[in-house]
Amino acid sequence: MVKRPKGAIIGIGELKPVRYSEGKTTLSLIAESVQLALADAGLTKDEIDGLLVGPQVGETPQHVPATVSEYLGVSPIMSNTVDLGGATGAGMIWRAAAAIEAGMCETVVCVLANKNEKGQVPRSPNRNPIREFDVPFGASGANTSYALLKREHMEVYGSKQEDFARIAYWSRKNALKNPKAIFYDKPVELDDILQSPIISDPLRLLEIVMPCAGGAAVIVTSEEKAKQAKKKPVYLKGAGEKITHRAVSQAPAMDQLPFAYSIPQALQQAEINGEDLDLLSLYDCYTSVVAVQLESIGICRQGEFGDFVRNHTFGHDGDYPLNTHGGQLGFGQADLAGGMSHIIEAVIQLRGEGGDRQIADAKHALVTGNGATLSETTALVLGGEQ
Amino acid sequence: MTNISFPEPTITAVSKPFWDKINEKQFYLQQCEECKQWVFYPRAHCPNCFSAKLTWKEASGQGKLKSWSIVHRAGHPAWQERTPYAVGVVQLAEGPSLLTHLLINEQELRYQLPVEISYQQLNERLLPFFQKKGD
Repeated sequence: MVKRPKGAIIGIGELKPVRYSEGKTTLSLIAESVQLALADAGLTKDEIDGLLVGPQVGETPQHVPATVSEYLGVSPIMSNTVDLGGATGAGMIWRAAAAIEAGMCETVVCVLANKNEKGQVPRSPNRNPIREFDVPFGASGANTSYALLKREHMEVYGSKQEDFARIAYWSRKNALKNPKAIFYDKPVELDDILQSPIISDPLRLLEIVMPCAGGAAVIVTSEEKAKQAKKKPVYLKGAGEKITHRAVSQAPAMDQLPFAYSIPQALQQAEINGEDLDLLSLYDCYTSVVAVQLESIGICRQGEFGDFVRNHTFGHDGDYPLNTHGGQLGFGQADLAGGMSHIIEAVIQLRGEGGDRQIADAKHALVTGNGATLSETTALVLGGEQ
Repeated sequence: MTNISFPEPTITAVSKPFWDKINEKQFYLQQCEECKQWVFYPRAHCPNCFSAKLTWKEASGQGKLKSWSIVHRAGHPAWQERTPYAVGVVQLAEGPSLLTHLLINEQELRYQLPVEISYQQLNERLLPFFQKKGD
């Protein structure tokens, strides 16, 4: 039995996503995010003794911890790069808690940021199996990979385009209540999603996240130290993680994708049923990813997310509040920082700071992260009480 | 046509026998001598039992279609000129699955469609594309 590492989130900082970030570097966005999180926690940077960072393709591919430490002016006694794609943010949280519980350090800042300059497409110089055996056949990029997964779900279970479109519809609807969201003031109807341009059939444009610039930082400390926190701490109640493959061509069967382990693992550690969660903060780079996760939580049966999304509401006051910040489909995806938005929203809701979109009496949130093509998965249960 | 070339396979010492055979229009995969599982993509060990005893053997070049996508916006500029085109995941008769380019009309694509290898030249080399069985 995998043991739950104990820890609490005592600070959050998040930049408003913007389509392009002229004149910014990833490092400068990291610094802005950390400053916001420190202010939120009421801490000085000298109280940070742990640092978790992500890879920065095209800017700092190696020695990221040292580069970020130097830039921020901190000297952590525990630092590492977490490299789990979209699961990096969630993966950082339980690693931070584990490092704290192991006595490696006391207070960890987890930070991810991304610049996005107009006209620049970063291409990583990969020389690995996916580059050798997928790219030469015309299948580069995440769009086609997620399209293949979506098609497989449609063929195996009979799910329909409209079922997937509903997921994007709720994200965009929820984004209308988040002034920070990149689609805050851009409402769409179900038909707009179903008729948006085909990118990689069966995936359409509005089922895909908008790449943008932004950043986010989360501060994790021990449950003991959290008692003196400036704001209401949010506790790590459960965590699960599983990594199975890199390329979609090597993915396991639809009902054995890694969320089928990581989500139940997190729920089991937290001793909570899927039905008792107050917020589903589910990683949503594509509609197809949310579909798979809904089927792993135990709130609908394998292959039946379509009926589930047709028969329920998913706003902050709905049957199953889902990605109340708009999800990344509505909020924007600042590369790896996009995954952080699901953690930040859970903290906001569990603190009761949701304002117009506050979920009544929110006690438990499921937060997930997903990297590559449903390959790297992390699930956390966060709770408002220790 | 522009001068942008299609991204070529980044061949390694481990995978070279696979590509050398493809260039001779032969489809060879590794099989584990210990657990008998077929392995794709080429590796230095069997991902099932971790044995290092892998042997190159001729494979059927046949399989069934597990999934597919019609690409309208390609991830690489050279491929953009060919859009729309179909790619898919093929479950090979020997067990492993692979990603490939499909030479099949959109109307004929269906789950579990029997498919077979079709060697196609791209840039200066042959690649294992797949077509509908019997085409």
